[in-house]
Amino acid sequence: MNIAQETEQEVDSRKRKGKLVSKVITLAHGGGGKAMRDLIDDVFVQAFSNPVLNTLEDQARFHLSDLATEGDRLAMTTDSYVIDPIFFPGGDIGKIAICGTVNDLAVGGAKPLYLTCGMIIEEGMEVNTLRAIVKSMADTAREAGVQIVTGDTKVVEKGSCDKVFINTAGIGVIDKDYHLGADKAQAGDHILVNGYLGDHGAAIMDSRGGMNLSTNIQSDCAPLQGLIQTLLNAAPNTRFIRDATRGGIASVLNEIAEASSCAIQISEQQTPIRQEVIGFCEILGLDPLYLANEGKLVAVVPENEVEAALEAMRGHAFGKDSADIGTILPGGTAGRVHMQTSFGGKRIVDMLIGEQLPRIC
Amino acid sequence: MKHVDEFRDPVKAKVLLKEITVIAKELKERLKRPVYIMEVCGGHTHSIFRYGIENMLPETIELIHGPGCPVCVLPMGRVDDCVAIAERDNVIFTTFGDAIRVPGSKKSLLQAKAEGADVRMVYSPMDALSIAKNNPDKEVVFFGLGFETTMPSTALTVLKAEADGINNFSLFCNHITIIPTVKAVLDSPDLQLDGFLGPGHVSMVIGNKPYQFIAEHYNRPVVVAGFEPLDILQSLWMVLKQLQAGEARIENQYNRIVPEEGNKMALEAIAKTFELREFFEWRGLGSIDHSGVQLKAEYAAFDAEKKFIVPAVTIADPKACQCGEVLKGAIKPWQCKVFAKACTPETPLGALMVSSEGSCAAYHQFGGDRLDAVQAKAKLNIPINEARNA
Repeated sequence: MNIAQETEQEVDSRKRKGKLVSKVITLAHGGGGKAMRDLIDDVFVQAFSNPVLNTLEDQARFHLSDLATEGDRLAMTTDSYVIDPIFFPGGDIGKIAICGTVNDLAVGGAKPLYLTCGMIIEEGMEVNTLRAIVKSMADTAREAGVQIVTGDTKVVEKGSCDKVFINTAGIGVIDKDYHLGADKAQAGDHILVNGYLGDHGAAIMDSRGGMNLSTNIQSDCAPLQGLIQTLLNAAPNTRFIRDATRGGIASVLNEIAEASSCAIQISEQQTPIRQEVIGFCEILGLDPLYLANEGKLVAVVPENEVEAALEAMRGHAFGKDSADIGTILPGGTAGRVHMQTSFGGKRIVDMLIGEQLPRIC
Repeated sequence: MKHVDEFRDPVKAKVLLKEITVIAKELKERLKRPVYIMEVCGGHTHSIFRYGIENMLPETIELIHGPGCPVCVLPMGRVDDCVAIAERDNVIFTTFGDAIRVPGSKKSLLQAKAEGADVRMVYSPMDALSIAKNNPDKEVVFFGLGFETTMPSTALTVLKAEADGINNFSLFCNHITIIPTVKAVLDSPDLQLDGFLGPGHVSMVIGNKPYQFIAEHYNRPVVVAGFEPLDILQSLWMVLKQLQAGEARIENQYNRIVPEEGNKMALEAIAKTFELREFFEWRGLGSIDHSGVQLKAEYAAFDAEKKFIVPAVTIADPKACQCGEVLKGAIKPWQCKVFAKACTPETPLGALMVSSEGSCAAYHQFGGDRLDAVQAKAKLNIPINEARNA
């Protein structure tokens, strides 16, 4: 009997009946009693249902032999998601909580397999809101081919957190042929991105700011494991991949330049940024290179594999606007990133200090 | 972007740069030194670095990044006053984004917020007024900051607060006015300037006539400039053309936005609500007479300085800081003793390192190549005043 059959049996024997009656989350839902059991059964297990989770043990259990068929190393990551507003154009906190962790595994060359879900919920949250977030998590997990196999729920007093905080940790397996690292970037390599940059950061600031700018900017929030697999199949000698989340593409490029002791030059003209995002940044005095992304990666690819990589990426739904934005320079100041401006000048792209703040005028 | 791309055309830039190079070479031979042109406005400083313009210009031109970033010239004592108001019980203190990180003598507004003060970032003073309407049991204070560019929106907000009978809204007024400031720069004994790029946004409000004295009494050309890279190059070219012809006039390169007479409605709102302060202190520049404004007596109910007791203590800038000399163009940011050492964007000692419009922060973020060149020359023991032109 394999592990799946074994756990299916356990679920059947459990005869779950928990049904949540309350319309809002109260402290009782974190109290460990029946209310909490009902919340877990009716909201989480219902949505995430899979053989490993459904046993509701204190831990998720896997056969090592199953994992070993996928590769020779485990990858593990965790991230906490705190976002205002929790629903925004193009996504919500639940979708991000899955995409972020899946992407953190995938950029290391891992196939993401199992995720955990830790929820800290503010007392008073409407159950329907929580259901919407959990449904979004379940849908995204399905899209990303991962299972949410264990979790934790806490309810805190009103004011102790902002609506809901989510932590997800994930485990994936790395194929024996993949050895990615920022230090592997070398002179002549190209820098590729999989589409328009800064959409997520602009969408969040726009929905948060109440500036009535009426933009149609949507978050790019997406699970990238499929795209990354496509890229690695087409360009097996890819040196490094990183998702450009907080700090934007500028931070990733600086990390690469620093780790590889190389200089990087990108071209403003080749860097895909939507006109709406450029306009949004102009109004607020922000730089789109530092805006967060939730579905964009930076890949360092050797020159002879660039064409194949771009073609493969452009054939994937999350990579159709992929672009070659620059190169690792043979000379130049080590650790420094430059941008050739479309105006004909050259500027440094430095690490972001603190948070980007809108300018006064 | 529609209506913007034409101001970022690299082909047109090349043509302008070629002409600029020819004229500047001729002027350098005549002056026996580079041509010094000050951009007064922080917005210009930002564009110059953002588009890499400084690196495109020939070495025969040196841009001096002037005192036009309102965040940069805010004295430490005024930041302390902000913190004192923000830390009062029952106060919601509202501020523009880039003012939140400016260091006071003990802390910034950002630190005060972390310690529990209710400090909120807003995009306009009207947002602050909305917060006041929605929080009738709180005192909402708006940190009014900036030159004539932002002054009208503050004035209109105070008038709106009065019209709507809002009594829990007040203004901590730190607005400053451009003309006395430029005059103070021109009167500075250690200054050597050949011409100015006039501030485009300020001029949109005050028009061009107020700059007339610069041409008449100081014999310096002023070209009111827009903020797109071609605007800046064209304005530099216009200043150089005047210098080449031995002229000093006020010209308006930004005439698509700036009306000769300014904006009547905005000027009326300013005149109705504000009056000049006798003295106002500037960071690094000391007190400049009649350079700050305050609310008129009839709007005292909206004046945070009258509503709350503030320390109003003058705090000397850290001794090592040379913000004043940088603001006047007497030294370049990298020549300051603490630049990139004790003073960095992470730990700014001087405000010039805080705002992205501040020349020190701009050099730190965008200007590393020029800095590398200077440091390379320093290693070769080339005297620093030669390195200044690197």
